[in-house]
Amino acid sequence: MQLRRSAWDRFRRDRASVAALGMLLLVATLSATAPLLAAGVLHSDPDRFVRTDAGRIATLRAPSPGNLLGTDDLGRDVLARLLYAGRVSLLVGFGVALMSVAIGAPLGLLAAYFGGWFDDLVNALVQVVLNVPLLFVLIVLSVLLAPGALQLALIFGLFLWPSTARQVRGAALSVSRRDYVDAARVLGASHVRVLRQHIAPNVASVVLVMAGIDMATAILAESSLSFLGFGVPVPLASWGNMLSLSQDQFRAAPWLVYPPGVMIFVTVLCVFVVTDGLRDALDPRMAFTR
Amino acid sequence: MTSFVVRRAAQSVVLFFIVISGVFCLVHLTPGGPEAALAQNPRVGVDELQQLRQRFGLNDALPVQYVKWVTNAAHLDFGQSYFYQRPATQVVGERLMPTLQLGLMAYVIALLGVPLGAVAALHRGRMADTLVQLIVTVGAAVPTWWLGLSSIVALNSLTGWFPNGQGQGNAVEWLKYIILPASVLGLGGLVSFARLVRSGVLDTLGEDFVRTARAKGLGPSLVASRHVLTNALLPVITLLGGLLPSVLSGTLVTEYVFAWPGVGRLFYEAATSRDYPLLLAVLTMTTFATILGTLMADVGYGLVDPRVRYA
Repeated sequence: MQLRRSAWDRFRRDRASVAALGMLLLVATLSATAPLLAAGVLHSDPDRFVRTDAGRIATLRAPSPGNLLGTDDLGRDVLARLLYAGRVSLLVGFGVALMSVAIGAPLGLLAAYFGGWFDDLVNALVQVVLNVPLLFVLIVLSVLLAPGALQLALIFGLFLWPSTARQVRGAALSVSRRDYVDAARVLGASHVRVLRQHIAPNVASVVLVMAGIDMATAILAESSLSFLGFGVPVPLASWGNMLSLSQDQFRAAPWLVYPPGVMIFVTVLCVFVVTDGLRDALDPRMAFTR
Repeated sequence: MTSFVVRRAAQSVVLFFIVISGVFCLVHLTPGGPEAALAQNPRVGVDELQQLRQRFGLNDALPVQYVKWVTNAAHLDFGQSYFYQRPATQVVGERLMPTLQLGLMAYVIALLGVPLGAVAALHRGRMADTLVQLIVTVGAAVPTWWLGLSSIVALNSLTGWFPNGQGQGNAVEWLKYIILPASVLGLGGLVSFARLVRSGVLDTLGEDFVRTARAKGLGPSLVASRHVLTNALLPVITLLGGLLPSVLSGTLVTEYVFAWPGVGRLFYEAATSRDYPLLLAVLTMTTFATILGTLMADVGYGLVDPRVRYA
């Protein structure tokens, strides 16, 4: 408990991390309240076509007070779509981080602790999955299964856990060889107790850091996949698929290009900064240096 | 060392076989299946569908199909492409050159990260370091496809030039067209190299032999070039192989954005038209390259670091 509080104190003192965390919370709040914001504040809808005074569909309109970020090639409000798209990216990001930790952490932990054939098995699995050409296989899966946002997160998670398992295994391995673990065993502690009381707490920081990295990787991968047209199904907006219209449009409407990319960039950057801050704050050695 | 390389190579062959088999099953077991594209086509009747199934061997039991596919694939025969009506191997072969050019050029760009990382570490905490750190952070968080698009759009509005496709004719023209996609594709590698080299140089700077070199009166530049860099740059070799998978998947997006006529774009087209023989051919190739990259990284690591002992 003492260690945890001091970790938070150390995290709080790192201004960049706190700012990044604030920014992430802002993006999350904006995405979560997207329906309210779009309907109540912007008076627009991500799927409705904006019409001109003459009643025609207003396609590729430059930003104006009515549509702060303009309209896309089908005449939909870009800002409303941007807000809704955040829901997909964050859902995929969090979902994948959860999946990857849920699969990778226990496997890595148990592989390191028990060793032997189980360790070999986990290592073999990790090797196989790590050597799958990821984006290529994701495209094939997406063509075959036509997944929604949640299914997409599940599929990503099935491929991203090996790096977590590897890191957790490494961290757990160095801990489980320590004398105090042997001492606990000699004193009659069960495997479950040793794992939970003595090994898991030392691996927690690695798990958190890997969750952050997985989240960033997933958001970037989802955006690539959606950009290529193999991500979430249209008309659902995602930061990736907002730009998957014909490239020639961008000559006429360059303002369409920047908003989705900036959102991904800011989100992923903040995830990285927060992750870095967590790594430093949770590193027990740092407790003495600051 | 030799026995290690042999054993590691043997492992890779097994691994290749497992991954490829997995990919084959994935493609053939999922609902929809390989013939879904044919069935969707309104011009293809039920009889014709049966004929086509017969012709492409889709009526056989899955294990039979699998054995046939593996035997043929071993002879580099991946069957007829549904779309091109030509051998898939031939179609892929035609697209290989542009991707190789783009990939190699991306490696050249990526290697610029080596001097960047070295300069950053040698000037730790100063302007140069901050600048490199900025490039590294930004480069890691920006999506490739978006960087490509926005650079095209920015270039277009500045110069009116819309880079698209592959340059034809002389070397200048070729370079003009390849430099932007290669930079976009190579950025990820540049970031990795810069990171690796920076931390490597910083670690080496703290070693005893560096202190000794300084203590005997060598100048900072001599210590940096002869003692620090020669040791810190060795791990770069491992990353050359380790980078291969990400460069490969990068070609998917980059070739799409820049309309580059390579394998990545071919895969995109094959996926949209559900051209399974072609998909499997490209997947086999990329799996091979991915595993080769990992193998190169591992072997390279053993080569450069004599402290690494392989049991």
